[in-house]
Amino acid sequence: MLNKYPLWKNLLVIFVILLAALYALPNIYGEDPAVQISADRQATVDAATLDLVRETLKSEDISPKSIALEQEQVLVRLSSDKEQLQAREALNKRLGDHYIVALNLAPATPSWLKSIGAEPMKLGLDLRGGVHFLMEIDMNEAMRKILDGMKDTIRSSLREERIRYTNVSVEDNAINVELRSDEDFQQAEQYLDGRYQGYQMVVDAETNTVTMRMTEQKLAETRDYAVSQNITIMRNRVNELGVAEPVIQRQGANRIVVELPGVQDTARAKEILGATATLEFRMVDTENDVRDAVNGRVPFGSELLPSRNGGPQLLKEDVILTGDHIVNAGVGYDEYNRPQVNIELDGVGGDKMSLATKDNVGKPMATVFMEYESTGERDAEGNLQFNKKAEVVSVATIQSRLGSSFRITGVGPQEAQNLSLLLRAGALIAPIQIVEERTVGPSLGQQNIDAGTQAIIWGLVLVLLFMVIYYRKFGLVADMALAANIVLIIGVMSMIPGATLTLPGMAGIVLTVGMAVDANVLIFERIREEIRAKRSPQQAIHHGYDSALSTIADANITTLIAAIILFAVGNGPVKGFAITLAIGIITSMFTAIVGTRAIVNSVWGGKRLSKLSI
Amino acid sequence: MRQFIKTKERIGFMRFRGVFALISGLLLIASIVSLSVNKLNFGLDFTGGTLIEVGFPQAAELDQVRSTLEAGGFDDAVVQNYGTQQDLLIRLAPREGVKAEELGTQILTTLREGIDNSIEMRRIEFVGPNVGDEFVEQGGLAMLTALICILIYIAMRFEWRLAVGAVSALAHDVILTLGLFSALGLEFDLTVLAALLAVIGYSINDTVVVSDRVRETFRKYAKLTPTQVINRALTDTMSRTLITSLTTILVLLALFFVGGQLIHGFATALLFGVFVGTYSSIFVASSVALSLGVSRDDLMPTEVEKEGADQDPLQ
Repeated sequence: MLNKYPLWKNLLVIFVILLAALYALPNIYGEDPAVQISADRQATVDAATLDLVRETLKSEDISPKSIALEQEQVLVRLSSDKEQLQAREALNKRLGDHYIVALNLAPATPSWLKSIGAEPMKLGLDLRGGVHFLMEIDMNEAMRKILDGMKDTIRSSLREERIRYTNVSVEDNAINVELRSDEDFQQAEQYLDGRYQGYQMVVDAETNTVTMRMTEQKLAETRDYAVSQNITIMRNRVNELGVAEPVIQRQGANRIVVELPGVQDTARAKEILGATATLEFRMVDTENDVRDAVNGRVPFGSELLPSRNGGPQLLKEDVILTGDHIVNAGVGYDEYNRPQVNIELDGVGGDKMSLATKDNVGKPMATVFMEYESTGERDAEGNLQFNKKAEVVSVATIQSRLGSSFRITGVGPQEAQNLSLLLRAGALIAPIQIVEERTVGPSLGQQNIDAGTQAIIWGLVLVLLFMVIYYRKFGLVADMALAANIVLIIGVMSMIPGATLTLPGMAGIVLTVGMAVDANVLIFERIREEIRAKRSPQQAIHHGYDSALSTIADANITTLIAAIILFAVGNGPVKGFAITLAIGIITSMFTAIVGTRAIVNSVWGGKRLSKLSI
Repeated sequence: MRQFIKTKERIGFMRFRGVFALISGLLLIASIVSLSVNKLNFGLDFTGGTLIEVGFPQAAELDQVRSTLEAGGFDDAVVQNYGTQQDLLIRLAPREGVKAEELGTQILTTLREGIDNSIEMRRIEFVGPNVGDEFVEQGGLAMLTALICILIYIAMRFEWRLAVGAVSALAHDVILTLGLFSALGLEFDLTVLAALLAVIGYSINDTVVVSDRVRETFRKYAKLTPTQVINRALTDTMSRTLITSLTTILVLLALFFVGGQLIHGFATALLFGVFVGTYSSIFVASSVALSLGVSRDDLMPTEVEKEGADQDPLQ
């Protein structure tokens, strides 16, 4: 008998390997240091920006490799790291606040490869350097905020309807409304019933209380909303930081993963990302005396807050406006060169401000700076505990009716910078805490890449040598399959958009190199057995491949199970190991079984043999 | 033809069953004792805390670093060399009341101000205590799920006695590797956990190959006793078992020596795991199956009644 593969099978093998090689190709071109320019909501990147960038670089004597406008971003490729930093500084100065200039490494993939969608593998933070944060959201506070908002709404609508109440309070995901009389109670019952979606009404006629309780569905929705809102704001903040290719993802019920490749100044990143600072505008309570309040007699509907310069201030509890309505904020200086924050509000915010200040001209309004600080402790349900820190930064007399743009004073210069950045990016709906951080410096990243590559090369060389010494010509065939396998792994890793190469991932490739030859060892040992059993070489090849097949499949499927479980439960770097291991198992089955068979068939399959070099 | 084992003679592996059972048993007991006395030296991933790796421009003086840190108020900091004389690893346990995520930066500043401004930040890791607990939980769960899934797969593909044998071999490998880490006080972190799962993958790979042969040999030779069958199957697969272990150990040695510090624990766990995995697939898996009374009848393919089986063939 003769061993022959039909033409299509041979072509398939060649096609698959060539395809993988093509997609693996971008990895050998390396990366250029680059600067990436994008605009915030207030500006656009267009041809004019491109000219400005070109001009700026020219005046700084920096000659870039290329400048291109793609997907509303300008990408400037430079020839060295030093020039990259120079370029960023120059561009930052020239372009101003509304443009974000980020450092990046742009793959130097030739355009013909790019046009077929071939891109190099994504490197994990442990290889590339950067920061990984895991942040946890304080759900209690998020719920409290939302319920507080609801409380205000109910209060003001009752007032409008002239239904008299003695108290409206928040308690366990519900709002309690205590009514003044039976008549008010009946009116309230009628008015509130079914008015607010997601709230269920419970009444108690004896105490004249109406309770609006959040439904389970609304609770879940609210939690989801809190997380997604925080993610949006986190994204804005990351953009303000100027980071290329950040990852911001939800993880589990109340966590957010933030990955910032290439960021070195983690202190600043943490300060900005974790900040919960926001502003509130409230009227000062001028009807009551601060001294009484300090002595413990805080009037109903007012609150005593510490002030940054001087004694405490007595403020109305009602909030005129919160930081959410701020669309833009910038730092400016007044005539005495004191820093101030210029604020622009959105339409709704402008209306609210205008309405509130209309009747209060000549009265003092306070700007309250609010921040949450983690205490590091947790309550019985495992939720993080936060302290709310509120401080009056300035009190100013309303000179005239305010509109959608005004300014606040009373902050230091650095604070004005940070505050305006945070106000621009939006306030977090709920405070967050960093519960995990992993930062890798750039030199360690490069060192990891070198070590991983070395290990792969050494491992490969040792196995290649062993196989060719032990199995001779058949060993050479196995070696070709092994080389093809590496190309396949890299090709597939480059093709899968979500796959990231990490240091454990490189270890996975090394391990695959050692284990991938197992299939060939099984086959070759079978062929040797068949030869010892006095079968002809052609029959030995045929039976060797056939009988080893189910063993190889069983063995690989069980390893694949372990890899899949590892992927499902592992975190970043471990996931990287699971991916390369799983891909390696699958590609090695292809190269070691189909690939080697194609070679064996075309070299030995078509002729009469008396002996095999195995 | 070069061969590790001449297959003319069958090796009486199962004759030494008692001896190997004793060795394995003793090692298992030693591992469990070590695990309960020494415990595992859990890394940052599981305990929570802060770790910072710094690079000094020249060889770092540990005493100076310690006293600088002490003066800066970090008296619980554990300082050690990491790989080279210039690289240091500093660890801090989780602290109460301090913003833990800022510790790394604070330490770096303290060192730069106190010793040398050119000290390089190589790595900062911070894991909150709750996250650490979750990793422990997830890790244990992963291990159990992997074992159960593999048990189910093997039981479906083979037979329950062989499956139990395979999984006992796995448990054997995992416990011994954990025992080694505990006895030597090596740090157990997430990459080591990943390595352990890879050991499970590798060891099962080996065991499946042997079990496959056991089944085939049972079907082929009706007259042999179960012990003879297993001896024959083990001898036949011996060459393959050793070669694959050898190639895997070769690449792991490459990983161990040139793969860098971060991957050291991973490489150590796998090297040892592959070694005991090879041993256990030869001696543990089959002898457990044998003790459970695996026999030819258990492994014969189930008769499927084919259409027209009662008629004479056409020829």
